[in-house]
Amino acid sequence: MMQAEAAKSTTSTNSEWKPKHVLRKRILVRYELYLMLFIPIIWYILFKYVPMYGITIAFKDFSATKGILGSPWAGLAHFERFFSSVYFWELLWNTISLSLFQLLFGFPIPILLALLLNEIRLRWLQKLLQNVSYIPHFLSIIVLVGMLNIFLDPETGKINQILMMLGMDSVNFMQKAEWFQTIFVSSGIWQHMGWGSIIYLAALSGIDPTLYEAAKIDGATRLQRIKHVSIPGIMPTIIILFILQIGQLMDVGFEKALLMQNPINASKSDILPTFVYKNGIMGGQFSYTAAAGLFNAVIDFTLLVLVNWFAKKKTDSSLW
Amino acid sequence: MQSSNENKLRSRDDKIFDAVLYVITALLLILVGYPLLFVVSASFSNPIDVVEGRVWLLPQGFTLEPYKLVFENEKIWSGYANTVFYAIAGTFINLVLTVLAAYPLSRRDLPGQQFLMFFVTFTMFFSGGLIPTYLLVKNLGMNNTIWAMLIPGAIATYNLIVMRSFFQNSIPNELQESAWMDGCNFFRMLWSIILPLSKPILAVMVLFYGVGHWNAYFNALIYLKDRELFPLQLILREILILNQDDMGGGDVGMTERVMLAESIKYSVIIISSVPVLLLYPFIQRYFVKGVMIGSIKG
Repeated sequence: MMQAEAAKSTTSTNSEWKPKHVLRKRILVRYELYLMLFIPIIWYILFKYVPMYGITIAFKDFSATKGILGSPWAGLAHFERFFSSVYFWELLWNTISLSLFQLLFGFPIPILLALLLNEIRLRWLQKLLQNVSYIPHFLSIIVLVGMLNIFLDPETGKINQILMMLGMDSVNFMQKAEWFQTIFVSSGIWQHMGWGSIIYLAALSGIDPTLYEAAKIDGATRLQRIKHVSIPGIMPTIIILFILQIGQLMDVGFEKALLMQNPINASKSDILPTFVYKNGIMGGQFSYTAAAGLFNAVIDFTLLVLVNWFAKKKTDSSLW
Repeated sequence: MQSSNENKLRSRDDKIFDAVLYVITALLLILVGYPLLFVVSASFSNPIDVVEGRVWLLPQGFTLEPYKLVFENEKIWSGYANTVFYAIAGTFINLVLTVLAAYPLSRRDLPGQQFLMFFVTFTMFFSGGLIPTYLLVKNLGMNNTIWAMLIPGAIATYNLIVMRSFFQNSIPNELQESAWMDGCNFFRMLWSIILPLSKPILAVMVLFYGVGHWNAYFNALIYLKDRELFPLQLILREILILNQDDMGGGDVGMTERVMLAESIKYSVIIISSVPVLLLYPFIQRYFVKGVMIGSIKG
């Protein structure tokens, strides 16, 4: 048991806490910490680093009977085939445009919501909006897409009922390629804006209140106070989250895209990860789709490094 | 110095600002709240009223029939039981492994800590991707077993970093130091000092991991083949998205069958979402804390 009194009376002669001690002793004395790490490290090697090694199948002609090691090398043949295939540009454009569309609206809206919540003076109303807007975050993607099917149904869906009441034609939204991206992005905002605002709201509450007081005395309106106190106050948070978003630019919401996909909207809903799923997992073209997957991962990683480098140069906030 | 004129101008500005603020707030409440309310109301309504669009806000022709149909459905029950198991066992494994990794990594005095952190964090930004992971799980013989649902996602690196930040920033270092001088070993320190002080972060982890397991479908979709192993979300997918619903009595006519299939969608959404939403008020007060800790750079 830990005895506080005894601890206090002991002068800190215990040398294990001092950094200059020889390395071996420092390691040995902490063997239990390494013991704790043992299983997690094995897990990381097995489930994170072995698949990274497994990427080599993108450069091989993988066959299940020969295994990854035994399969013959194929060089860049899979990449060449992928880059020159007829659907490559469509896939790439669908992926990039969907991601940018999502970033353009999905990123700022939680910030705006947090600023709005921060300005609501009625405590109960603030709490109500917060709690209601968090709920959709906890619905599963299956339920979300199920709800989209229900609300956008050409006959019984509420949206089309309203359109028809207004004398317009009903639209089969889920079966229209041109509506796919809009539905994808707006339903994502509906689901996650409340949850996404939490972090900014927390950052806002950390701003020194005297700054607002000073701005008020200087005659700043509330809008000006938002612009000159609130937004600069949460800027570091915004930048960090932006970098993280960029790092995942290419794999945003693949599971949802897969559920929303149907043969009719495929010309817009086919993105790189759904392509990998359909042709790899379903179609068994492992090497070919591993090449496509690697292409996707490399773009993500490059973007992350670039944006982080840029943020570090221009601002003080960066991931590393 | 301010003239009263200026003051008036400002209070008028303030009023306009407030008015705009409350209008937007009201719109947002409707936008987010209405679809949720509608699903609840429709689930308690007569299917005919739902299909013919007479339900707008409150239940029409109140009935519990759709719920009865769901409760009688074995497919849904088996999915429910599986999901409860995956969520509990999976979250338990997640917690144990995350704590075991987060605690040593939180100790700045651990030789090699920086390298190990890099080793862990790197996986957040670069991964082998879907195909190599799929082949690995297959090679390990986990395909079509419950392990495929529990082990490949055993640690979420983001959560690990959140927990490590908590250990570093919210637990006074002196506590550990004095325990160490009293001859307390590291396992005991973790168990009797660190964990009792970490209830808020453990609650957040239960929420993050638990909800993740409850809502997950993709691993089940690619790894499971036996229907007896299917989690609830895959059954929901059949009902809500693929419209494969062999629900209801066999003798009823085609229109009635369509009607039943339609009405069951709402009650099935409610029943599948209720456990998560019930957990929500209890853990809600830890949200901000949990998300905020995550934002602190490690």
